[in-house]
Amino acid sequence: MYEALKKEALKRKRAFEEDPRPIIQIGMATCGIAAGALETRAAFQQVLAERQIPARIRTVGCMGHCYAEPVVIIDHGASGFPPILYPEVNSGKAAMLAKLFLENGDPRLEHILGATKENDMIPSVMEFPRFNREKRLVMEKCGHIDPEDIYDYIAGGGYAAFAKTLERPGDTLIDEIQQSGLRGRGGAGFPTGLKWELARQSQGKEKIVICNADEGDPGAYMDRMLLESNPHQVLEGMLICAHAVGAGRGIVYVRAEYPLAVKTLEKALHQAKEARLLGNGILGTSFDFHIDIFEGSGAFVCGEETALIHSIEGYRGMPRQRPPYPTESGLFGKPTVINNVKTLATVPAILEHGAQWFRGIGTKNSPGTAIFSIVGDVTHPGLVEIPMGVTLRTLIFDICGGIPNKKGFKAVQIGGPSGGCLSEAFLDTPIDFDTLAEAGAMMGSGGMVVMNEDTCMVDVARYFLDFTQKESCGKCTFCRIGTHHLLAALEQLTEGKGESVDVNFLQRLSEDIRAGSLCGLGKTAPNPVLTSLKYFANDYQAHMKEKRCPAMACRPLVAFYIDLEKCARGCDVCEGCCPVDAVFTTPNRKKGIDQSLCVKCGECMTACPPEYKAVMKVSPPHLAPVIERPPQAARKGK
Amino acid sequence: MSENRITIFVDGKALKAREGEPLLKACLAGGIFIPNLCYMEGIDPLPVSCRLCFVAVEGRAQPVPSCSIPVREGLVVHTDTPEVRRLQRQGLRLLLSTHHVECARCPANRHCALQDMTRFLKVGLKPKTVYLKAPPVRSEHPFLDYHVNRCVLCGRCVEICKARQDRPELTFIKRGFDTTLGFFPGGASNPQDLKTYRACVEACPVGALVLKDSNKNP
Repeated sequence: MYEALKKEALKRKRAFEEDPRPIIQIGMATCGIAAGALETRAAFQQVLAERQIPARIRTVGCMGHCYAEPVVIIDHGASGFPPILYPEVNSGKAAMLAKLFLENGDPRLEHILGATKENDMIPSVMEFPRFNREKRLVMEKCGHIDPEDIYDYIAGGGYAAFAKTLERPGDTLIDEIQQSGLRGRGGAGFPTGLKWELARQSQGKEKIVICNADEGDPGAYMDRMLLESNPHQVLEGMLICAHAVGAGRGIVYVRAEYPLAVKTLEKALHQAKEARLLGNGILGTSFDFHIDIFEGSGAFVCGEETALIHSIEGYRGMPRQRPPYPTESGLFGKPTVINNVKTLATVPAILEHGAQWFRGIGTKNSPGTAIFSIVGDVTHPGLVEIPMGVTLRTLIFDICGGIPNKKGFKAVQIGGPSGGCLSEAFLDTPIDFDTLAEAGAMMGSGGMVVMNEDTCMVDVARYFLDFTQKESCGKCTFCRIGTHHLLAALEQLTEGKGESVDVNFLQRLSEDIRAGSLCGLGKTAPNPVLTSLKYFANDYQAHMKEKRCPAMACRPLVAFYIDLEKCARGCDVCEGCCPVDAVFTTPNRKKGIDQSLCVKCGECMTACPPEYKAVMKVSPPHLAPVIERPPQAARKGK
Repeated sequence: MSENRITIFVDGKALKAREGEPLLKACLAGGIFIPNLCYMEGIDPLPVSCRLCFVAVEGRAQPVPSCSIPVREGLVVHTDTPEVRRLQRQGLRLLLSTHHVECARCPANRHCALQDMTRFLKVGLKPKTVYLKAPPVRSEHPFLDYHVNRCVLCGRCVEICKARQDRPELTFIKRGFDTTLGFFPGGASNPQDLKTYRACVEACPVGALVLKDSNKNP
């Protein structure tokens, strides 16, 4: 049965490749669309139609290069050039490329990022560290196949691993996964093989496989990207898991905030059913498996497995005490395996190449690759898949291009709101589950926020705690009230009212929340505070004792003033741009800022011409020299 | 739960217990007090949400909530270690920091779980800073008044309502610190439900749920 599918897929692929017309490949995942890929496609379509250029548009998923979106690859074989990757193709650029490259054969080399194949004319993208330092195992096909076409996936070897596993008994699959050392990519890093083994041994006729795609960390989006760019790989992982543990039903729990992922997934499920890869009698065997989609309603805590189960059962998404673990008593009391999207997407590759191959990638206790979504103050943000054990320095500075605007590195926040903030001292730490946990952060789902020297760590801790407090389900005392008090204390610090707050209070309350909370959300909620207290103690001391924000980021703790030595006094640009009329000029052309009116937006600082740079920022605010506002100026201001 | 009688050791004292029953129940039955709020017999799964009944169990690195531990032969438990007491005091202080102390006007006065625990753990009833929610009383339910700032959100009333009615009326609403008890609208048409409401009110350890004036009742 599978051979027939593969034959059909290869036939379609050959037909597609043999067609001499050029191919315009546009990345159309949510990130691409947000950057304007729909307009780009419309512009291509319009020009192609107007000028009757015989070219084909092909929509693919995301390649993970967010800084370059919308990404377009043009394969115009007849021009003699290799397929070329163009970054940031807006509608104007699209029209220009259609006319000049597709019609006249001029690839406009000044706009290219590189060629996607080795050649003698154009440097390949693989020469850039952003491409060649990665090791793509899970994301290999993302951005290269059409997520809405199952044959595209099969032609590239998709579902082959599953077809092979169908001939093997389930326990040998579990042995293979256990030998591979795969650990859950959802955050905690629980051995996947062990989880499957427990579910397999669990009593109960009906077993369930759940794919956890309730990705809620701020700044993390690899699950969305996988579902939007290559949903069949995740489905294949679910099928293998179902065969291994003996499950007949699967559910993909995906956030309703990911409408495109839901749509792509629905289409994928439909196509898999048509191809008899899902449903009853899969590929002509006696194996039955059905997958449904369940849309989560926007609660971060529902990523916790027991809360996720409650949510599917129709209750309020609140976690419960474990044990019993879901592998023993999960959804509707049935043995349930809950795996993250990335874990399931890794499974087909392991079974295809074998456990030993997988062990050869990454570190001893964390084999395989990790996908990080690197955002914040880096030159080339996006999704990066690297082998475990690569250092943070390589990841941030070599692969992602370092910190832009000549700023210094201050911290990196790993693992979302449950993770920790690590300082420069950790830049040479190899990243894997254990080293990160040792440092007080965690792998989490792989969100990574890089922060430059202008970031206040107290404010960052406050931000993440604000998130966890708002997303706490309110069930247990420590998480519900403890995080609130912790947040209140951090707010006092960032507002300069932190006299009564002391480090011991923060430390102790954080430790108690960690020890006392019911679920993973509460247990890890104080991590941003604990790690920033440990690695950025000076930031806290300055806020507490001097009411000073060293990074000058906490608005109540800074003040702007105009340095009269530097001010040219001739221009009024600062006065003109001030939205609240706080900047004034005295009769002898001195500029001053009325601190009682200033909202600290920083407009004047931005507006002051670079040759003067006369607007200064200080913290604490009382350091700003005071210039009396003349009465008439005040009247004019009103 | 089997009928096997087994022996466990709590604070050096041998206690007889039924194998598999919650450790908290065995300790309370054996005369050893462990602070608790959300535990009630007959709920499955137990909420384990108040996070007060911590004990130290030998072989475990961290204190564990005793209501979630099924007893087994030879279990060695300490209820009075510094770590256990620290967590219990912190938990109780957190609960009190959102509690409006008005004992004189509260129906739970003198049989209040919070009063008992403050005495037991030697924690002051009134912390320095108290965060209260508004409005203090919610009275949209036809038979019940809900005192938001007395409530400790143990969930006992929710569990009773779930168990006794085919259509539960009580639930938790909102998130985070703002979580409170809520009522599903459109309920309470059946006067027989009053029995359930009485049970909810009686189960409340702190007097947060009270029946409305008797003249309003059917």
